[in-house]
Formats: sequence, structure tokens, C-alpha cells
Amino acid sequence: MAVTVRVPTPLRRLTDGQGEVEVDAKTVREAIEKLEEQYPGFKERLLDENGELRRFVNLYLNDEDIRFLKGADTELKDGDVLSIVPAIAGGM
Amino acid sequence: MAKVKGLRCRECGRDYPVEPIHVCEFCFGPLEVVYDYEEIRKSISREKIEKGPKSLWRYVDLLPVENPTVGLTAGFTPLKKAEKLGEVLGLRNLYIKDDSVNHPTLSFKDRVVSVAISKAKEFGFDTAACASTGNLANSVAAHCAQAGLSCYVFIPANLETQKIFGSLVFNPTVVAVEGTYDDVNRLCSEIANDQGWAFVNINIRPYYAEGSKTLAFEVVEQLGWRAPDAVVAPAASGSLYTKIWKGLKELKEVGLIDSVNTRMCGAQAEGCSPIAQAWKEGRDFIKPVRPSTIAKSIAIGNPADGIYALQTTRESGGDWETATDEEIIEGMKLLAETEGIFTETAGGTTIAVLKKLAQRGAFDPDEVVVAYITGNGYKTLEVLDGHLSEPVRIQATLKDFKEKVLARV
Repeated sequence: MAVTVRVPTPLRRLTDGQGEVEVDAKTVREAIEKLEEQYPGFKERLLDENGELRRFVNLYLNDEDIRFLKGADTELKDGDVLSIVPAIAGGM
Repeated sequence: MAKVKGLRCRECGRDYPVEPIHVCEFCFGPLEVVYDYEEIRKSISREKIEKGPKSLWRYVDLLPVENPTVGLTAGFTPLKKAEKLGEVLGLRNLYIKDDSVNHPTLSFKDRVVSVAISKAKEFGFDTAACASTGNLANSVAAHCAQAGLSCYVFIPANLETQKIFGSLVFNPTVVAVEGTYDDVNRLCSEIANDQGWAFVNINIRPYYAEGSKTLAFEVVEQLGWRAPDAVVAPAASGSLYTKIWKGLKELKEVGLIDSVNTRMCGAQAEGCSPIAQAWKEGRDFIKPVRPSTIAKSIAIGNPADGIYALQTTRESGGDWETATDEEIIEGMKLLAETEGIFTETAGGTTIAVLKKLAQRGAFDPDEVVVAYITGNGYKTLEVLDGHLSEPVRIQATLKDFKEKVLARV
């Protein structure tokens, strides 16, 4: 499945400044593995030592928080957009 | 910048320079301003502060701005001894920190925004923006008008009408997004990647958030240079709540007070209480929720500073409580009827929670307790529809006056 990944500013050093990259993956977990292959450094920034999504990283599949879906096991289909968004923002 | 050393990741401790950035490149942790307290301690004093401007800028030594240029009238709001409310709640030393009359836009946001926009000017931005539940949008729009910056504010489309007008009058671009605050925030985080704008609560967030410390500084000074025994503050992202604690600790750090034994109590609306729920269940992580409450200004389901708020509660020996929509309205009315202060739903939440905590004996009757009122009720009038008595309608005759008004009692 060809999926577009939106990359936030703090990670663009890894992608030579690109804000969007393509990966081929069936699940969110696999997408992270593929990102790591193409742009080493992604995995350790997104996942903690136990392979769980870091608590300050939010992933959105087509604008829906994957924690409200099936987390890292959420399935992907052709044309999906996966956004990596820092959790720290906003608020009172 | 002698007083500011730089930014540091709150999670992994990596250091960063003073730039418009807000998250760590390695772990996505939040960046925080780090000060040289030893240097500050040499020059700061109670006397110097007391001679300073009657605004939050009297504490400029502990803020990350060199030359404040915007929001010069924000802060230094009244600390009111709440005799009548205290009597109702059985508290003899209850105080209300009244940011419902903050200048210029009647909420505590004028504190954080005056710091953020001053900093944005220092960085050389020509455009500022924010994601907001309303109060922040009002304040950013007003301060951009003052500063001559272009302004974009992003709000959930279902906000209270008064709060939308309260931004539009300053002539920014108001973008009403279909969705919750969390949706707006996520969208803005992505927009902030590419626009080169000063997003006050995204890439300017480390500086912006520091403004909330002045809520602690002022209360301590107004109490005659002592920290309160307990405070009750509303929490949405948890930023204000954690920064009050940071402010108290800094005053001790730089030698302005000897001790801090303040219990930090947090207030959330039951329909959006991810931090209070985590506290009650003994969790040290936050489960995001979908907000459903009339307290829209604190309806953040995915609180960025939630885990730090929980740390603050543990560290200070504090507590959490929640209030239902009905209790929030009752809280607004109780504060208005006893103290003559008209607050919005967030303040209603704080008062309802203060009441619950008092009723379950969380405070000693003689303790100095401070409740933070962060917003103004005239901005959310519509929530009171159907909850207040009706005007007594009469003809312009003495007969009607006697029969319909005097006879009522």
C-alpha cells in the first residue's frame, strides 16, 4: 500500500528537508519500519525502548488519532495519509 | 541574554538555543526555558519588584523576554479576600485571584500572550497565530493589533458567539474549523511546520507558557511575600497549573521567599477530565478523551502537559476534582452572588471544585487558600440561558410596581 507520511519540522533533518515522503506498508507499525529503512533514525524517535509509540508523538491516519483506531496495528490502504505530529502544543 | 541560558528538553535533558522551537528533535519532549538563577538572584529583590511597573512586567527578571514591547498593561490583577464565599465554604482565609479583569481581553491569556508576542517581535516575526478555545484567540488578536503584526486565529467552529466577536473586532483572520479544539490544534501543528509564523502556543510555546508563572508571583507578593497553603486552578492542557507551581518554586530558588508548602489542586469539567481521571485511577499517563462539556475554554481532550500536571500534584501533595455542567453553572452563580465576580465556565469549574474539596475537608479552615479565576463571564453569557431568574416585567405605573415587585417578597 503506497502511503504518504507527513513529516514535522523537528524530523526533517532525517528526510533532507522533505515535508512529505512515501512508504509502502500494510500497517502503521510496518510504515514506521519502512521509514527507518529509508531514513535511518525515525524509529528511535517515534518508538520507545518497548516498541510503543512515544508519549509525545501523535500519529494521525487521515486526520484520525490512531489511538482511537487500532494503534500501531491500524491497517493502511492505498492513498492513506499518515501525519506525525508532536503532542506538545496548545492549551491553557 | 544573561538571565536565560537556553531551552532544555524536559524529557531527555538535551539543550537547545533560544529559537522559535518547541519540541526536542530526539524524543519529541517539550522544550522549557532554563534560567541562570544564580545570576538572577544577585539582582532581584522584593524592593526592586515593588518599585516596578503595575503589570506582570515587574517580574521581567524571571521571564524570557529582554525588552517587553507588547502587552505592557497585562497582569497585576486583584487578589480579593473572599469573606462571603469563605463563610459559605467554611474557609477563613480564602482569596480569589481575579484574572476576569485582566487587560486588555479579560482572561489570564493576556499574560501568556504579552510574553509570546513580545518574544515573537524579538525573533523578528511579522505574523502571529494560535489555536484557541476562544480566550487565547481574543488575546492574540488584540496584541497583534497593538504590535502591528498580521494575525491568524484558529478556533473550533462551535465556540460561543461572544468569543468569536471578541476576536473579530481586532480584525484578524479568524478560521473556524469544523471539529474539536484537539482537531484545531493538530491542524495548526501541521500548518506551523511550513508557514514561518509565530504560533504562540506551538513554536513560541516555551516562552508563552512562562507567562503563567506570573499568576504565582503576583499572589505571593499580594499575600505579603508568602506562598499560599493551597491553590485551586483550572486545567485544560495542564500548562497553567504546572507553571503556577514552577513560579512558586522559582521564588524560593532566587531567595524571595523561604519556603513553598503549597498543595496544588486541579479543577476539570467532568465532561473533559483526562487529567483528573488519571489522578483518581492512580495512572501516570493520560488517556485522551473526546470533550463534552459547556466549559469550552477548558475542553482539551488530549492535554499536552497532562503528565507534568500529575507530577506537580504528587510533588505538592495536591488533589483533583471534577464538576458537572450543572455544578459549573452553580459555581458561576455562587461566585457572582457572594463576591460580585462574574466568571465564565472555567471559573465556575474552579469554584465548584473548590466547594467539593472544602466539603470533603481538603483544607484546614484557617489555611490560606487561593482560587484562580481565569476568565470573564460576559464572554459566555449564552450558557446561563434558562439558569437565571427572569426580569420582573411591569407597566410604568406605581400600581404595577407595588403589585408585581414589592408584593413578590
